[in-house]
Amino acid sequence: MAAASSEVHELLNRKYDAGFYTDIEQDQAPPGLNEDIVRLISSKKNEPAWMLEWRLRAFERWLKMPEPKWSHVHYPEIDFQALSYYSAPKSNKDGPKSLDEVDPKLLEAYKKLGIPLEEQKMLAGVAVDAVFDSVSVHTSFKDKLAAKGVIFCSFSEAVREHPELVRKYLGSVVPQADNYYAALNSAVFSDGSFVYIPKNTRCPMELSTYFRINAMNTGQFERTLVIADVGSYVSYLEGCTAPQRDENQLHAAVVELIALDDAQIKYSTVQNWYPGDEEGRGGIYNFVTKRGDCRGRNSKISWTQVETGSAITWKYPSCVLKGENSVGEFYSVAVTHHRQQADTGTKMIHLGRNTRSTIISKGISAGRGQNAYRGLVRIAKSAENARNYTQCDSLLMGNQCGAHTFPYIEVRNNTAKVEHEASTSKISEDQLFYLRSRGIKDEDAVNLVVNGFCKEVFKELPMEFAVEAQKLLSLTLEGAVG
Amino acid sequence: MLKIENLHAEIDGKPILRGINLTVRPGEVHAIMGPNGSGKSTLAYLIAGRPGYTVTQGSIHYRDKDLLALAPEERAGEGVFLAFQYPIEIPGVNNVYMLKAAVNGIRKYRGLDEVGAVEFLNLVKTKTKEIGLTDNLLNRPVNQGFSGGEKKRNEIFQMSVLEPSLGILDETDSGLDIDALKVVADGVNRLRSPERAFVVVTHYQRLLDYIVPDYVHVLAQGQIVKSGTRELALELEARGYDWVTADAA
Repeated sequence: MAAASSEVHELLNRKYDAGFYTDIEQDQAPPGLNEDIVRLISSKKNEPAWMLEWRLRAFERWLKMPEPKWSHVHYPEIDFQALSYYSAPKSNKDGPKSLDEVDPKLLEAYKKLGIPLEEQKMLAGVAVDAVFDSVSVHTSFKDKLAAKGVIFCSFSEAVREHPELVRKYLGSVVPQADNYYAALNSAVFSDGSFVYIPKNTRCPMELSTYFRINAMNTGQFERTLVIADVGSYVSYLEGCTAPQRDENQLHAAVVELIALDDAQIKYSTVQNWYPGDEEGRGGIYNFVTKRGDCRGRNSKISWTQVETGSAITWKYPSCVLKGENSVGEFYSVAVTHHRQQADTGTKMIHLGRNTRSTIISKGISAGRGQNAYRGLVRIAKSAENARNYTQCDSLLMGNQCGAHTFPYIEVRNNTAKVEHEASTSKISEDQLFYLRSRGIKDEDAVNLVVNGFCKEVFKELPMEFAVEAQKLLSLTLEGAVG
Repeated sequence: MLKIENLHAEIDGKPILRGINLTVRPGEVHAIMGPNGSGKSTLAYLIAGRPGYTVTQGSIHYRDKDLLALAPEERAGEGVFLAFQYPIEIPGVNNVYMLKAAVNGIRKYRGLDEVGAVEFLNLVKTKTKEIGLTDNLLNRPVNQGFSGGEKKRNEIFQMSVLEPSLGILDETDSGLDIDALKVVADGVNRLRSPERAFVVVTHYQRLLDYIVPDYVHVLAQGQIVKSGTRELALELEARGYDWVTADAA
């Protein structure tokens, strides 16, 4: 009967499914970071002078900032001079006009990952702006979106084609010097996605971008900017996997969302970066700044994230609730297995009257994983009748993992109502035996219990994403109970 | 159908079962009675395959298969079902969804196609009516917020959907009022057939008024100290356990 625990370990020790490497020539900058590199990146992208100046300002500020150390994660010192800050698939220098011009190896890699780039996209109604390393290789459904006036393109293209929008909003939610990694990103960001939804427009499809790190020693610095104009609605999906690597790879993205009056942005992430091996070697450092600005009245921003990958995840998708009656939501499932570490949560900054926020966080720890929820709810003096509800649950699998909760609550207005609920539980042998005795296989039983635990978050994800998220979760946790 | 021979089992080095012999043939109902701590639940768990016990001697065979070599889900596939004494809550997992996963798990084990959604829902509807379970319970998370009676009813409901060839009831009658007891008994009696057998673990003979057993066994200190027919249960009720357990010691 002791067999149960060894079975569990076998399951647990599955190899990372997306761990393959695509052999494509890289157009890569030499390692190291200095002003010349910033200039090189900008010139490679044919950027206008204002963009270069913006980057250089950020670089200057980054030089003066200390690396933050306050998170509940541990990793060896990062040598920023050992990283390479630019890499682009060579065959793609001039930008492909159609799929025929895209490197077939690239397409194959996407296929292995199950990314619906061709006919499937049409069927799924998903427009994909795929970022393979640093340059966008393909943008689809542009015409359909253009008919509605929706702009969905790579960040580089937006800099060239829509400078007035980029200049107006870039850095307006996450200022250049917001934090160390945001400053670094501002200086050297490679590419990313840009979305603009015009007034009173409902974006006709879910927008999605797949990110993939595929070059050795390359920092990946995505920049995403989503603007929902007055009365508009958009649902944006972001998912990523990365091939197996030996060195740790730094991923420091910045995502800025802006919702004007009566606008709504739903931003969903399924994150599956390479987590490192069982001993924690390799794996992605995912240090991301994501923030949404509910700038207008009655605006709403929802973050939903399923974080199963990365050696270290360090991020707090946040909402600044400026507009009256604006709403911020954060739904999160974070999984740490083997030696993975996560310090994640959200910040809800209530500035406007009658602003409301909801936080549902589900942390799952297995193996020697360490999972911390860190959340800030701040009710400013001006935020009359603000409301927050926070629920923060941790599930432990095995007895070598850890769950930690760091809730910060600052209330400066006595009409505020703030609720915080937290629980920690262990997946129980009895639950699993109950399900197995009904004929449900051991790994399916684990999945049932875990999916039940995450249900409140999964129901916030778009349908196809919810299915993907469940699969990802079961892959990540296979054999996690012993 | 079920053949237990000289079964010795312990938990954390502490012997619980000390040489159980029991043979159950198709169509029979066996009642296992005995004082607290005699090993009744352990026996039920061992047949179903709960981890944590060490079998030091003996064997359990079911339809000529070595049951102890099978995982709990494989035993379910072979037709074994355990109705738990304390059914556990599983938050967020819909009761019907779980049951569908169970039905399909068993069908897969037997090399059958998965059951379709419509077919399954029709089956569930029929069984729900028989057991008198409300739709409300069906769509709630497994056992969460169920009263004691509802939990037991849910066990019998699951059993009637899964239609096992060997049903083990572990003190399913404990804590039930007379109406709930009848529902449980009806559920079992409806399933009784020449191909199917039941092992009913109970503390009280009351349940046996409704589920009439073919054989009654008294378990004490990890051994079956007395076997008989239904009359034995009545005698136990009248005289208590001491007179049989004294023989054992």
